[in-house]
Amino acid sequence: MADPVHECALRLGDDSLILGQRLSEWCGHAPMLEVDLSLANIALDLVGQATLFLGVAGDADKLAFHRDVLDFKNCLLVEQPNGDFAQTIARQFLFSNWQELVFRELTRSRNATLAAIAGKAVKEVAYHARFANEWMVRLGDGTAESRARVVDGLEWVWRFGDELFEVDGVIEPLIASGVSADVRKLRGEWDQRIARTLADATLEMPKPRRAAKGGRIGHHSEHLGHILTEMQFLPRAYPGAQW
Amino acid sequence: MSAAVALKDRVFEVLAHVLDPEIPCISVVDLGIVRDVRDDAVVITPTYTGCPATLAIEAAIRGELDRAGLSRLKIETALAPAWTTDWISDAGREKLRAYGIAPPPKGAARSSLRDDATCPRCGSARTEEISRFGSTPCKALHRCLDCREPFDLFKCH
Repeated sequence: MADPVHECALRLGDDSLILGQRLSEWCGHAPMLEVDLSLANIALDLVGQATLFLGVAGDADKLAFHRDVLDFKNCLLVEQPNGDFAQTIARQFLFSNWQELVFRELTRSRNATLAAIAGKAVKEVAYHARFANEWMVRLGDGTAESRARVVDGLEWVWRFGDELFEVDGVIEPLIASGVSADVRKLRGEWDQRIARTLADATLEMPKPRRAAKGGRIGHHSEHLGHILTEMQFLPRAYPGAQW
Repeated sequence: MSAAVALKDRVFEVLAHVLDPEIPCISVVDLGIVRDVRDDAVVITPTYTGCPATLAIEAAIRGELDRAGLSRLKIETALAPAWTTDWISDAGREKLRAYGIAPPPKGAARSSLRDDATCPRCGSARTEEISRFGSTPCKALHRCLDCREPFDLFKCH
C-alpha cells in the first residue's frame, strides 16, 4: 500500500482543489463585485493549499489533472454544485469552519511539511470562515427571500457534514503517530461554532438526517466527474502544454 | 567582514531591485520574503499560499541573481516559519503608504483579525471596510470617511 502520509495529504489536497475549482465557477457571476472578488480569492487560497498538499502526495499537477474520479479522495461536501449564492455560502460555512479547526490541529503535526502548510494556510482560512459566517447572518437575518434560500441551501449541504468527522483505518495509525489531526475530537467545537452563527442568523439547526459519505474511498456523487471534465480538459487534450 | 556576511549584504542589495509584480512600489527585501542567504542558496518564503505572483517573483529573483553573476546560488522555498506581515520593513511600510496602500497593523494588533486602517491619503483613522477581499489575496478594500477616498489595506497576516 502507498505511504499513508501520502493518502492523508491527498485527502487534504483534494478537498482544497475541488472546492477551489467549484468556487472559481463564480468568477464573473457573483451577485456583486465585492463577492466576486471574495470568492475568487478564497478559490485561489484553496488551489494554493492543494498545490502544496498534493506536492506532498506526489507530483501535484499530475495528481490534479491525470487522475480519474474514483481516485479522488475529497469529501462529498466540496463537490456539491454551487446552487444559488445561499447554497454556496452554506457549503463554505460548514467547510471553512471545519478546515480552520483541522489546520489548527495540523500545525502540531509530527510531519514538518504538513505542519508548515497548515501553519501558513490556517491564517487564510480564518478569513474564509469569517466571510462565510457573516454571510450566513446577513442572509438568514435578511429578507424573507434570502432567508428562505439560505434555509434551503443549509438543508441541502447538511447531509454532508458528518463525513468531515469520519476516521478510517488509513488515518487511524497517522493519528496515533501524531501526523494527522483527529477530526473526531473537533466535532464538539465545530458544532458550537455552527450553532453560534446559526443563532446569530436567527436560523434553526437543521434536523439530523442520513449522512452521505464515501468520498474518502473514492465513492463520489455524479457531480465530481463533471468538475473533472472541465478542470482536466486542457492538460489531457494537450499533454505537456506550457504557457 | 566575513565572506558570508559580505555575500548576504550583496544579495540583499541585488534583490532590493526586485519589485513585487502586483505591488511594484515595494521590493522582495522590504516585503520580508528573502529569509536567508547561504553559501549556495537564497531562501525565500511565499506570502500567501495562493498568491499567483509567487512564481513570477521567483523568476524575477533568478534573473536578478544571474545578472549579478550569482548564478551559483539556488533558490530554496521555506514554508516555515510562515510569513507574517510583521516582516515587512518600516521602509516598506512607508513605501506602501506613499503608494496609496495602508500598511498592515503590526504586532499584537494583527492577531485579532480586526483590520483597522488609517487612510493612506489624509491620515484619518475614521475608515470603514468595503470588501475584506481585494484586488489581490493580500489586500482588502476600505474607504475613508473623511476624505471619502477608497483605498487598499494590506491585510495583516
